[in-house]
Amino acid sequence: MGVELSTTRLEDAAKWAKQSLLERGVNWGRKFSLFTYPFVTACCGMEFMSAAAPKYDLARFGAEFPRFSPRQSDLLMIVGTITEKQGPALKRVYDQMTEPKWVIAFGVCASTGGFYQNYHAMPGADQVIPVDVYIPGCPPRPEQVLDALILLQKRIAEGRGHSQLRDKREQLAVAASDE
Amino acid sequence: MADLKQLVLGRRDIVDDSDAEHELPHEFMTVNMGPSHPAMHGTVRIVLTVDGEKIVSGDVQPGYLHRCFEKESEHATYTQIFPYTDRLNYVSPMINNVGFAMAVEKLLGLTGKLPERAEWVRVIVSEVSRITDHLTCVGASAMELGAFTPFLYFLKAREWLYGLLEKVSGARLTHSYVRIGGVNKDLPEGWLAELEFNLDKLEREVMVECEAMLNNNKIFRDRMAGVGAMTRQEALASGCTGPIARAAGVDYDVRKDYPYSVYPELDFDVPVGTTGDCFDRYLVRIEEMKQSIRILRQCIARIPEGPVVIADPRVALPPKRDAYNTIESMIRHFKHIVDGIRVPPGETYSFVEGGNGELGFFILSDGTGRPYKLYCRSPSFVHLSTASSLITGHLIADVVPIFGMINMIGGECDK
Amino acid sequence: MSQKVLDALLAKHGGAVVHTESVHGDEVAWIARDHLLAVATWLRDEPTMAFDSPVFVTCIDRLDWRPVGLPPSAAWTEERPRFEVCYQLRSSTHRHRVRLKIAVTEKDPHLPSLTGLWSGFNWQERETFDMYGIRFEGHPDLRRIYLYEEFVGYPLRKDYPKDKRQPLVRRDDLPVNPIRKS
Repeated sequence: MGVELSTTRLEDAAKWAKQSLLERGVNWGRKFSLFTYPFVTACCGMEFMSAAAPKYDLARFGAEFPRFSPRQSDLLMIVGTITEKQGPALKRVYDQMTEPKWVIAFGVCASTGGFYQNYHAMPGADQVIPVDVYIPGCPPRPEQVLDALILLQKRIAEGRGHSQLRDKREQLAVAASDE
Repeated sequence: MADLKQLVLGRRDIVDDSDAEHELPHEFMTVNMGPSHPAMHGTVRIVLTVDGEKIVSGDVQPGYLHRCFEKESEHATYTQIFPYTDRLNYVSPMINNVGFAMAVEKLLGLTGKLPERAEWVRVIVSEVSRITDHLTCVGASAMELGAFTPFLYFLKAREWLYGLLEKVSGARLTHSYVRIGGVNKDLPEGWLAELEFNLDKLEREVMVECEAMLNNNKIFRDRMAGVGAMTRQEALASGCTGPIARAAGVDYDVRKDYPYSVYPELDFDVPVGTTGDCFDRYLVRIEEMKQSIRILRQCIARIPEGPVVIADPRVALPPKRDAYNTIESMIRHFKHIVDGIRVPPGETYSFVEGGNGELGFFILSDGTGRPYKLYCRSPSFVHLSTASSLITGHLIADVVPIFGMINMIGGECDK
Repeated sequence: MSQKVLDALLAKHGGAVVHTESVHGDEVAWIARDHLLAVATWLRDEPTMAFDSPVFVTCIDRLDWRPVGLPPSAAWTEERPRFEVCYQLRSSTHRHRVRLKIAVTEKDPHLPSLTGLWSGFNWQERETFDMYGIRFEGHPDLRRIYLYEEFVGYPLRKDYPKDKRQPLVRRDDLPVNPIRKS
């Protein structure tokens, strides 16, 4: 089970997330054409392989093809522990991705640090970049990954992804200043 | 024969230097590879100095997955360390579990006193883990070289073995199944028959198919043979063990040279290579899988009945039934969980044959329930230290097979 | 198992060996720091020893050493050297092993590097430097290996708090976690 947290601290997510018919159509398309960038660092990579391999087959949900360049992808999967040394690299990869972009923290280490609470393990990837969906488990079962992907798709369709909300807010701010 | 070899291996020996004199003046370029690179399983950064495509020098920088295993261990009881050992070499966690348990047992003076069935169960799960390790290593390396089908086949087979290990331990990947003084619980009923069935499938279908696809595949051979070669002396002086050292001709296997558990009773061979290049490492890994299957077949036939954990109250938890019903057992249970197993003061180094080579644990105990110091001798770290010299002189594209066959596992290398 | 190594070591380099012991089947020889290079070279080149393969290097920090069940005199005191560097060696021909221990003080934590003898010690000594701050004299490339250059302190020393982080990068819109703040 993926856990969707209300990670956005924007004033009122629902207000910004109101969509026009066109946006709804675009977002419906976006949710089935996710291009994944697997940021694989640790043990969870083994389960990520399993999730992508024949038995569980992530491709069924439209997240078919791992793109190994951040510039060509819009879903960042943080698979495994993020350490302090890795932090700048992770931030750079995220910054290089094209908008709109979404992030899944795969496994408890990427979500909170898990049982690595020490001088070098970062307490969750969300210290560096905003995360849309967290998957608990050490490592999560492939079924959980599929569930998280469906959750993310729902979120994309509703226009509530972090980068979508930021984009929307900026648009509204520009519109307000023009008036 | 020489012609045939040239045909198969490509014509590496013929160097076309006809236009070498007309080259433009050049300067070295620095290329950064990693820490997040698609063709490297594991997270490592290499700063390459290249002359065109050729690597002049490479600075390999590990540490992107340093999760402070040793510091965490100093703050955990001996039983609590098992989950951390799972995440060292996360491709073969059972072997790490066994290695750590054996080190603590050595300090406790329990070596050789374990129930017989416990030893056999440990060997069985270790060998299954070793197969998953090699399947992943070979499969991922093949994928990185562009052969996607063997990867899918190997992962399919790995999935069977994960299913089996899940039935034993309850977790697909991070098992924490071994305990000090034995294992957590007995093998489920009918498990051994299932294992045998899956081994047959693995041997007859997956291995045959993949060897047919890879062994004489020209692209695969071209990119593996002659790449990243290491001599026997280099392998010894750099401390290499496991498949890498064996590919270079070092006949060293902890299971044979310093036998532990029930390995002396088992009949198996240690494959040794000659050239020490990536292709030999691949062949050694394939052969080791076959030997592991052979060991497992013997274990299935010979495993005795009996308890799977030692009846020593110092290390074993009381049975749940007693813990709930008698006050003495409950106190014992409580002390075990809260204070941990009391290990007498002293230090020891104990090692097993891990998926990648000699996996050792150096423990210093101060008599409390937590280790004063715990050091893990991780084979990946030692092997990765040779990478810089192995890639020098090769092309950038050769970094991928060399790293694939070094099989650097981030959790184990960076600890 | 490898008692004959210790005997030979005592016979040949009696002056360099502080003392020897066998614990749990492991042979340990304490070597004076100044003689380490000579002893190690002899161990490698002498045919009856032939320690051709390095196993590991690590260090023990004795700052909190107060063992339970031993007399109080076994505990660490200020006047004893704080660090012990351990070198484990293996011989592939004779199949014996030995552990060399060198006592190093806190004020002057350095000892000669053995990288020149066994190339495998290169990274391991770097690791020990990174984690304990032991300087290996003559090491070709002594810099941090696991941690980053900006890191201050040596984390595996007993006086480094386990969860003292030194972040390189953080999100600017990150709220302060009330639990962590307290």
